[in-house]
Amino acid sequence: MGRAIEAGHDFVQRQSRSSLYDRGRQNRHKNETRMQQKPPDQRACKSRRRGSETMSHIELPAPDSAIVARREAIVADLVALVGAGTVVADEDGRRAFETDALTAYRCMPLAVVLPRTTDEVSRVLRYCYENNVRVVPRGAGTSLCGGALPAEDAIVIGVSKMNRVIEIDYEARFARVEAGITNLAISAAVSERGYFYAPDPSSQLACTLAGNIAMNSGGAHCLKYGVTTNNILGVRMVLITGEVVDIGGAHLDADGYDLLGLVVGSEGQFGIVTEATVRIIRAAEGARPMLIGFGSSEQAGRCVSAIIASGIIPVAIEFMDKPAIDVCESFAHAGYPLDVEALLIVEVEGSEAEIEGFLAQIRDIAAPFGPTHVMISNGPIQSAKIWKGRKSAFGAIGRISDYYCMDGTIPLSRLPQVLTSISAICARHGLKVANIFHAGDGNLHPLILYNANDPAESERAEIAGAEILTLCVEVGGCLTGEHGVGIEKRDLMRVQFSDVDLALQMRIKAAFDPAWLLNPGKVFPLDAAGGGLGQAA
Amino acid sequence: MQTNFTPEQLADPRIAEADRILRRCVHCGLCTAVCSTYVVVGDERDSPRGRIYLIKDMFERGRDATREVQHHVDRCLSCLSCMTTCPGGVDYMHLVDHARVHIAETGQRGLKDRLMRRLLAAVVPDPKRFRLALKAAPLGRPFLPIMRRLGLKELAAMLEIAPSTLPPPSRFEGPGTAVPQGERRARVIMLAGCAQQVLRPEINDATIRLLARRGVDVVVANGAGCCGALTHHMGEEEQALTAARRNVDAWTREIERAPVDAIVINASGCGTTVKDYGYMLRLDPAYAEKAKVVSALTKDVTEFVAGYDLGPPKRWSSLRVAYHSACSLQHGQRVTDEPKALLLAAGYTVLDVPEGHICCGSAGTYNIMQPELARELRDRKVKNIKSRKPDVIAAGNIGCIMQIASGTDTPIAHSIELLDWAYGGPVPRGLEALEAFVSDVPQPKRDFKAYISS
Ligand SMILES: Cc1cc2nc3c(=O)[nH]c(=O)nc-3n(C[C@H](O)[C@H](O)[C@H](O)COP(=O)(O)OP(=O)(O)OC[C@H]3O[C@@H](n4cnc5c(N)ncnc54)[C@H](O)[C@@H]3O)c2cc1C
Ligand code: SF4
Ligand code: SF4
Repeated sequence: MGRAIEAGHDFVQRQSRSSLYDRGRQNRHKNETRMQQKPPDQRACKSRRRGSETMSHIELPAPDSAIVARREAIVADLVALVGAGTVVADEDGRRAFETDALTAYRCMPLAVVLPRTTDEVSRVLRYCYENNVRVVPRGAGTSLCGGALPAEDAIVIGVSKMNRVIEIDYEARFARVEAGITNLAISAAVSERGYFYAPDPSSQLACTLAGNIAMNSGGAHCLKYGVTTNNILGVRMVLITGEVVDIGGAHLDADGYDLLGLVVGSEGQFGIVTEATVRIIRAAEGARPMLIGFGSSEQAGRCVSAIIASGIIPVAIEFMDKPAIDVCESFAHAGYPLDVEALLIVEVEGSEAEIEGFLAQIRDIAAPFGPTHVMISNGPIQSAKIWKGRKSAFGAIGRISDYYCMDGTIPLSRLPQVLTSISAICARHGLKVANIFHAGDGNLHPLILYNANDPAESERAEIAGAEILTLCVEVGGCLTGEHGVGIEKRDLMRVQFSDVDLALQMRIKAAFDPAWLLNPGKVFPLDAAGGGLGQAA
Repeated sequence: MQTNFTPEQLADPRIAEADRILRRCVHCGLCTAVCSTYVVVGDERDSPRGRIYLIKDMFERGRDATREVQHHVDRCLSCLSCMTTCPGGVDYMHLVDHARVHIAETGQRGLKDRLMRRLLAAVVPDPKRFRLALKAAPLGRPFLPIMRRLGLKELAAMLEIAPSTLPPPSRFEGPGTAVPQGERRARVIMLAGCAQQVLRPEINDATIRLLARRGVDVVVANGAGCCGALTHHMGEEEQALTAARRNVDAWTREIERAPVDAIVINASGCGTTVKDYGYMLRLDPAYAEKAKVVSALTKDVTEFVAGYDLGPPKRWSSLRVAYHSACSLQHGQRVTDEPKALLLAAGYTVLDVPEGHICCGSAGTYNIMQPELARELRDRKVKNIKSRKPDVIAAGNIGCIMQIASGTDTPIAHSIELLDWAYGGPVPRGLEALEAFVSDVPQPKRDFKAYISS
């Protein structure tokens, strides 16, 4: 335990600025000394999936056979509680919910409930609490880390039908919405008056606010406006007991502990969020992106550091390497240069004069790094195309290959070295990689390209992924920038956190959900969660 | 996405094709948010991603279509909004076509469902039968409440949508060639269509006038008929292919007779299907090549006219026209700007409709087979259109025109009718009250060339 205690001390220092559960971008620039590292947990395959077994390193928790055996009775109870139209029980129907955007992992849930009101959520959760049934919350199922992956002995509660805007207050600059509303629909609802909701994950068209809150999601423009946690004022959450609590409100600071900070980023393990109050922001007078191409990733990386160091805060600095540029250009026809090795998209906003000023300054800052291509967007249509290319990058890569999307953060100064190492890791496993990421805050998204129908290649992709994340932690970064831990990075948590760190986090989890019924098998290594560490600590 | 097909399964061309399509989908879910059914019901099973997943499972297991899968695939409008958004270029259109064929072959439809489909497939594509049926419709209307009570909601929906009066048949009905006087600049084949001829024959007349006025020969080929879209969307592959082959034959004869500049289609639902003939008949050695030629020549009428200088309009108005972008036009054929640009050039004030990417619920026979969802989509569409306070609504597809008209008093016409009106044609039916707002453009006394030379 000696090591763990030391590391625990380190943990407390390191986390002092943000909530324990916020492994989001607030933690991206951690430079503190890290704790001792361990290799990723390589477990024996124990996958419950049909067909050829791939990506099988991650074990799913053993289902409670007593619950599984009672499936029909549980379904009947749920139907009695909320009506047949709200419960999905047939095999095909459940199949549609067996995975999220990390399709390598699949598991058929016991049943799916799609409630329309907080009250329905409350009734179902109380039932689950009383009957010891596990629950997996779900929004739009766009999680890239298996956050919404069901369990065989769990019911899925999906909030996608709860998508209304409840109240908009332009004076106080907030909107109150049901949590199943999509991220972009919030902005759409307030755009008429020139407002928007700032965090913009690339999946914003489809992902729900509920999922964003659970994952503390970020996006390209979060460099200036902050991630989800900086834009949420309050939530209405149903606890596993069925009790409904309001945390925070329409104002900036609430009395008592900052529970809101704890809830944002809790990956569906504290309760089910059904409503939220979000900050809406007046859109700047104008915005314009500029493209800066370089002959090497290293130059691009150094340029990013220089821009940040200058004190200018662009709204976004995005990085793409050559493979990514090629694919996105062929999809979006945005005018990305095809003869560069690395491309930065830098966007600034303000009045026309301010924009011109910032762009000129950035051009000067970039000059010493030898950019081979500099282009300023010529108007709204081109700007839209530039962003469309960037935001569709993952899907567009899907045109050429299956991919495994990583999500680690690193200190910016280590960018060139990390990019070289990523290429080396992938080359060693005989895989190609495309890099797309939020360079402004060091959040990397290497996309490992592989063939999902080739079991051996899939396995190599997963190993390469684990090595890349370990590398991120080694250079002083962390496991996840914005996609969350979910099931994917669960077993890597020990690379970053000591047992004491984990135990503390699990005690917080247990305070909300003593029986560990909410989103089981995620976030914490299996041998720690629920049993072992969680209660021992 | 990973797929699990055995080599034996992949030997079946339909499965091989499905596998190719499925492999491209990364299950990212971006398409769900723009899906016309998902926005209404918020249920993964009624989203493109959910349907793709259910279809994948059905094909992988090589099993008969279950009622559940059938239900959710039936509820898909084939509006293809998902395809416009999908960054991965997943060919949902053909995947769902394959699924529909599989469902038609293996599914377990109830007797009522089967009879209803057979009735529609037999009546709608045949203008004579369709006209008779519509004439008889008022006789059935008193029985609407009884039909609903008996669970015959589809039949009830059909009677409700049927217009209460029928216009007289088209001036230019039947095969033939409309030859312009004066300079002849092009020769096109026009698909005369099936239901459209009966419901709004003025659309064909307007198309012919508009084109002929600008020196275009318009040929309605002998032997061509319904494009087959209706049965195609029901998964009745053989019937659809028969219709396709018949049209390919008729048009190939015309193409061989004299050069054809385009096959012009003024019902975008049909246009999407004819543009797909090349794909539908790809496995038929006798037709593959010919069908490819036909598809390559096919253009929506606005696509064709946009490439043509129509000159200045004869009449000018500042009528506020809400342009309803038919799904088959904007998503199926990716024709979005041409119709609006043409209407604008003709002097109209063109308004975009909010949520324009979502379907109006017409979708072929969808408004009959899925009346509840169709009605919800229609009301949503009408509300969005009304928010722009238009004087008139324009659309490029007869299905949308009938569907939207059933939910609003605002007059609606085909974009081509509005263009024809501006360029000298008669006022479109239903717009008579607006005639007072349209004035003739004063014509110069001398040709402009005379000014240049003098
Ligand atoms: C193409 C693509 C691009 C992406 N780009 C980004 C990006 O730029 N930035 C980024 O941060 N992420 C990105 N993501 C990841 C993903 O979109 C986000 O994690 C998003 O917040 C998930 O939202 P969702 O509604 O899909 O939630 P789901 O995937 O359904 O669920 C995510 C998590 O939230 C929990 N949850 C869902 N609803 C509730 C609720 N009501 N109460 C409590 N917990 C709940 C679930 O249990 C799960 O753990 C991307 C994903 C894709 C596919
Ligand atoms: S957007 Fe395309 S790739 Fe993504 S889930 Fe939909 S069909 Fe699949
Ligand atoms: S075609 Fe239309 S209704 Fe069908 S899945 Fe795509 S968007 Fe939804």
